[in-house]
Amino acid sequence: MDFGTILQTIFNFENYGELLQLVQNSIWAGAVLGLLGGMVGTFVMKRDLAFAVHGISELSFAGAAFALLIGADIVLGSLVGSVAAALLLGVMGVRARDKNSIIGVIMPFGLGLGILFLALYEGRAANKFGLLTGQIVSVDTVQLQALAGTAVVVMLVLALIWRPLSFASVDPDMAEARGVPVRGLAIGFMVLLGVSVALSIQIVGALLVLALLITPAAAALRVSTSPKVVLLLSVAFAMTATVGGILLALGSRIPISPYVTTLSFLIYVVCRIIGGVRARRGHNGRILRTAASSPARVRAGT
Amino acid sequence: MTPLVSLRGAGLKFGKRVLWEGLDLEINPGEFFAVLGPNGSGKTSFLKVLLGLQELHSGEVELGGRPAERGSRRIGYIPQQKSFAPDTPLRARDLVGLGLDGHRWGLRLSGKGVNRRIDELLDLVGASDYAKVPLGQLSGGEQQRLRVAQALASDPQVLLCDEPLLSLDLHHQLAVSALINQQCHERNSAVVFVTHEINPVIDYVDRVLYLAGGQFRVGTPEEVMTTEVLSELYDSHVEVIRANGRIVVVGLPDATTHFHDDAHTGSAEGH
Repeated sequence: MDFGTILQTIFNFENYGELLQLVQNSIWAGAVLGLLGGMVGTFVMKRDLAFAVHGISELSFAGAAFALLIGADIVLGSLVGSVAAALLLGVMGVRARDKNSIIGVIMPFGLGLGILFLALYEGRAANKFGLLTGQIVSVDTVQLQALAGTAVVVMLVLALIWRPLSFASVDPDMAEARGVPVRGLAIGFMVLLGVSVALSIQIVGALLVLALLITPAAAALRVSTSPKVVLLLSVAFAMTATVGGILLALGSRIPISPYVTTLSFLIYVVCRIIGGVRARRGHNGRILRTAASSPARVRAGT
Repeated sequence: MTPLVSLRGAGLKFGKRVLWEGLDLEINPGEFFAVLGPNGSGKTSFLKVLLGLQELHSGEVELGGRPAERGSRRIGYIPQQKSFAPDTPLRARDLVGLGLDGHRWGLRLSGKGVNRRIDELLDLVGASDYAKVPLGQLSGGEQQRLRVAQALASDPQVLLCDEPLLSLDLHHQLAVSALINQQCHERNSAVVFVTHEINPVIDYVDRVLYLAGGQFRVGTPEEVMTTEVLSELYDSHVEVIRANGRIVVVGLPDATTHFHDDAHTGSAEGH
């Protein structure tokens, strides 16, 4: 295959208008997942759970593979797998160091189980591959409704616990002293994370969930520390990656995930460069005053 | 005057180790109350009892006439200075905001009143110039000023401070302790100030609780910080020297006999 053919395989915009009609539901699904991923991602970063997301997604994959094997609903299977993994991590991994080793133990086990179930499965090979790398199967209306409904519930719960969860995530000792139920919130958030992972897997696959739940938030944090700005940017980045990825993938026969992950990655690189340039300029929002014109400084000195 | 903090027959022990027992104590509004003692004597645990994070082994504790409870809005809490990671996704003003409404459910809907209050608090502690700077880029002293603002957010009746000056340079020690004193003697809060070093706050302290070797003494610094009292508490000869209004304690057995640090008492809480 020469370069031209490869490029044509990757980007194919023939009959684009007609195709666009067909995948409307997928685009909406992508937008919903982007919104959800962008929101949840900010807390994944605050709570330092990037590795946990990866572990949960492997178990989610095992659950989906098992569902595929026994002919059950794949989405339900992946949901059960990821929520179980999330709860396990939430209950067991209280200390950060402990948590990482538990994830390291669970992750290969989940992946191994998934491979076992897929090996036993005798159906279409595309189904197998899709679980790991995502698929552009046209999302039908019922699926879209279920996806959007679940995502809305997750977002509503997240909005409800937003402030105490932020407090417990960035300043746990103080939150504890202030009466915030730190441990309850930690487990509650793991459940929300589990559900979000299971939903994201349907579009980008188990291996690439990180591109939706971590990269956008990580990129946003490179350019701002204002919680509001970080949230808006993170959602905007995630939605750009998912919707943009679907639009680019439309004409080709390649799974959607490389488009989503590449967009996501490029956004991160750009943000990192912007953040780096700003840091070098020493610009961090501090108001610099000369000693003579500073009432605050004079008062503090007395 | 009704006391803001009162302990009756209070005792605390971890396993067989008695930290203190039979402690009767009342702390009044506008009183600056220092808690002193070597590592492992139960200073931090004393504070945790008041915070409602630690159950007493015996006796009872009341704050403002009600049993101590976790998350009481009557209490402000200033923890030991512990630096935030450089990439903590929070600005100075956001940390103060958490002290204001971080414990409430839901999203912050009306930002105006909250923002005004945050500005007031930042101004009060002289932190307005770095209100929008990421937390991780501030010095330890600057972070500790924000802790004061965070603790004062609810205009607390009782201000609990756990070694708030630890690892601060002299300039910030003076500034932070002056802010705490202001809340105490101008706004009439009761301050409980846990420290192993009395000198930075010696001018403000009204009374002292000295914990050592399972015993304690309560009184003014002049009564407690004497050669006789401390020698008795430590059960070995300790010399207390006063110079220029400062107190120097010589011959503390601390370093050799007391290994228990705060981490140890922390792990014992689980039992």
